[in-house]
Amino acid sequence: MHRFANPSRFLRLGQAVLPWSAGLTVLLLAIGVPWALLVAPPDYQQGESVRIMYVHVPAAWMAMFVYTTVAAASASALIWRHPLGDLIARAASPVGAWFTVLTLVTGSLWGKPMWGAWWVWDARLTSVLVLLFLYLGHIALANAFEDAGRGEKAAAVLALVGFVNVPIIKWSVDWWNTLHQPASVARLGGPSIHPAMLWPLLVMGLAFTAFFVTLLLMRVRSEFLGRKLRALRLTQAAQGMAEAPAGAEVS
Amino acid sequence: MGEFLAMGGYGAFVWPSYALAAAVLAGLWLSSRWTLKAREAELARLEGEGASRRTRPRAEGQGS
Repeated sequence: MHRFANPSRFLRLGQAVLPWSAGLTVLLLAIGVPWALLVAPPDYQQGESVRIMYVHVPAAWMAMFVYTTVAAASASALIWRHPLGDLIARAASPVGAWFTVLTLVTGSLWGKPMWGAWWVWDARLTSVLVLLFLYLGHIALANAFEDAGRGEKAAAVLALVGFVNVPIIKWSVDWWNTLHQPASVARLGGPSIHPAMLWPLLVMGLAFTAFFVTLLLMRVRSEFLGRKLRALRLTQAAQGMAEAPAGAEVS
Repeated sequence: MGEFLAMGGYGAFVWPSYALAAAVLAGLWLSSRWTLKAREAELARLEGEGASRRTRPRAEGQGS
């Protein structure tokens, strides 16, 4: 793992993986979306509204997966001072926030016809709303200080403390009486959902995962260049002020 | 076709869900790409300027 501690090595590897993960995203979406909308059967209770599941559930999986990524990256930054940790946390967090928004809105659009309410304060919905606030807090903290390092450290602590919310989301449907339906894919005893619905759901889940990998590779590179740009501007500004002679020392 | 769009009466809930999903995915991709391209261009410009003043920081083997 430490071989990837060198950012330029990671960035080179990322450049090589990027076209493949982008291509895989397009391919999986091209299979998954028509499958979800045209081929998968309507639910015997929920009718055609069940098709919302094929965007809602993958978005919710990603909302939690991305937060786990942010927390793991933050841990590696805090504990081992891994140079990529802060870059990955910064790059991933807004993506996770958008997946969480997508989860909440599609859930609302599914809840209205099924439960008769856009929103209920039950354990699952509330814990996902808390996840959104954790993401927003993380983004705000990371950008709150003039000194990027201080902000990143504060954000990393928040990400780690907030991670306790991820298992709460996962098991909220078991621990409390909720209106939200219980797990039907990742549960003890295997999935209870019919294969005709499980397969398109898994394809969409993989499509969203490949999409996140693609975005992360682009955005980590972007963060790296942003850091380099700031350093370069500072150096040039300092040189401009000192009117340093040619060959001045550049750190 | 009309029947497909009606989604058994749930069209008003199914289609906005897919439209929002498409908008979020496309928006994230476009904004990530724009930022990356803008920074690559800015870095190339600054490094070009730096080089012309012979104060170029050490190159980091940054292929793009």
